[in-house]
Amino acid sequence: MTLAVKDIGFCYGKKPVLTDINFALDAGRFHALLGPNGAGKSTLFGLLTRLLALQQGDILFAGQSLKKHPTEAMRKIGVVFQQNALDLDLTVRQNLMYHSALHGLSRKQSRLRGDQELERFGLLGRANDPVRALNGGHRRRVEIARALLHQPTLLLLDEPTAGLDIASRKALNDHVRQLCAVDKITVLWATHLIEEVSAQDRVMVLHQGRLLADGSGQALCNKTGTTSLAETFELLTGVD
Amino acid sequence: MKPAAYWHCFVGIQTREWLRFWQQRTRFASALVRPLLWLVVFAAGFRAVLGISIIPPYQTYITYETYIAPGLCGMIILFNSMQGALSMVYDRELGSMRVLLMSPLPRPFLLVTKLLAMGVVSVIQVYIFLFIALLVDVEPPGWGYLAVLPALILASLMLGALGLLIATWIKQLENFAGVMNFVIFPMFFMSSALYPLWRMNEASPWLYWVCQFNPFTHAVEAIRFSLYLEWNPLAWGVTAGVTVVLVILATAGFRPQRTRILGTKPA
Repeated sequence: MTLAVKDIGFCYGKKPVLTDINFALDAGRFHALLGPNGAGKSTLFGLLTRLLALQQGDILFAGQSLKKHPTEAMRKIGVVFQQNALDLDLTVRQNLMYHSALHGLSRKQSRLRGDQELERFGLLGRANDPVRALNGGHRRRVEIARALLHQPTLLLLDEPTAGLDIASRKALNDHVRQLCAVDKITVLWATHLIEEVSAQDRVMVLHQGRLLADGSGQALCNKTGTTSLAETFELLTGVD
Repeated sequence: MKPAAYWHCFVGIQTREWLRFWQQRTRFASALVRPLLWLVVFAAGFRAVLGISIIPPYQTYITYETYIAPGLCGMIILFNSMQGALSMVYDRELGSMRVLLMSPLPRPFLLVTKLLAMGVVSVIQVYIFLFIALLVDVEPPGWGYLAVLPALILASLMLGALGLLIATWIKQLENFAGVMNFVIFPMFFMSSALYPLWRMNEASPWLYWVCQFNPFTHAVEAIRFSLYLEWNPLAWGVTAGVTVVLVILATAGFRPQRTRILGTKPA
């Protein structure tokens, strides 16, 4: 177990956005946090990454409270945000070096790790290009490469395919699945797109701030008596 | 985290600030053109109007150019700090501020490092300005160039923290333009940057007191006195005190408890 969320609740003013969220991730597995827009996915990511303060409940990372031991936890988490978080005017390598520095890596280590990740993502040849010159799919790959620089054990991706075409979405999804399979990184992939989720994934369905279902895609289909995840999702949330 | 991690992070933030600045080289030029215009054109015009009597730290009668040079150093820092704050609003809109806040290192360390990075850029601009000012006979003592360095760094930190604090409360880039008018110009004009405060007292006592309570006045005086190898405890005390308060407020503003700074909408 890498991450456990216990009794989380969160309100914006008086409006509840998350209510009684409980789940624990399995180490080295691909998890899909599936929910329509407005379900509370980004708020949950904000809490997991300490960008929002916990109002209720706790988050445990490797058994340690994120509230009490934030430094250790943040060293082991890689995050890809929904919005672009790259500096468009800097080169790919400069962006990676900056991120590495924020995690305390030396220039030598930063360069080495940056090149390793860029090579893995097929972007080493673009290392000296400004990010602005990359297409949307490549930018997202750079963001994932960046999130992996400090060798996290947990990778959080908040709607990472937003704004990409179908082919790029699939390629990115395949890449992350490969990371999960080869490097045994635990992945939490938030999405509202059912085609990004497979029946073998562990699927958590979030709707109107509540966790409606949690289990393997196949198990959820069996439980709800449906033949596909799309039907299950529609049955649980009422959203096509 | 090991001390080396803090050092690498410090260097990384400084480097990024430089790279960003280098990408926006026109900003460097414009930041120098503005005070140079004031020094060469405005000061020439007002030289005859505004006679400067012998006031500390000066030992003799001085030209108006000599008087306003330290104020213009303060102006460079003031404008740079606000532009730095603007870049933080820009960063936040792009989401790259989240990258900074995701670092495992303590947030106050990250933010103070960022302020220092912005300050270093300002200090270099000030030195270039002072060397150009030699052409119009603004000639402080040689050691003054060294003595003024701590005052410049302190002023940069104070004004950077002010900019950061403002950036904390600004939700959108568009709102920042209005704040510039309500912060930069009042701070600059209601200070001792362009005229000695005794002149202000003669013209308007209440405005004199506004100037006295303006921390920018004290930052300018700290720069002025240091540049001429004099010690002004009041100016240093006020500037240092306000710096501490602003840094605490600005870094506290970036704690995650303050959800509004993230620009995050309910998802």
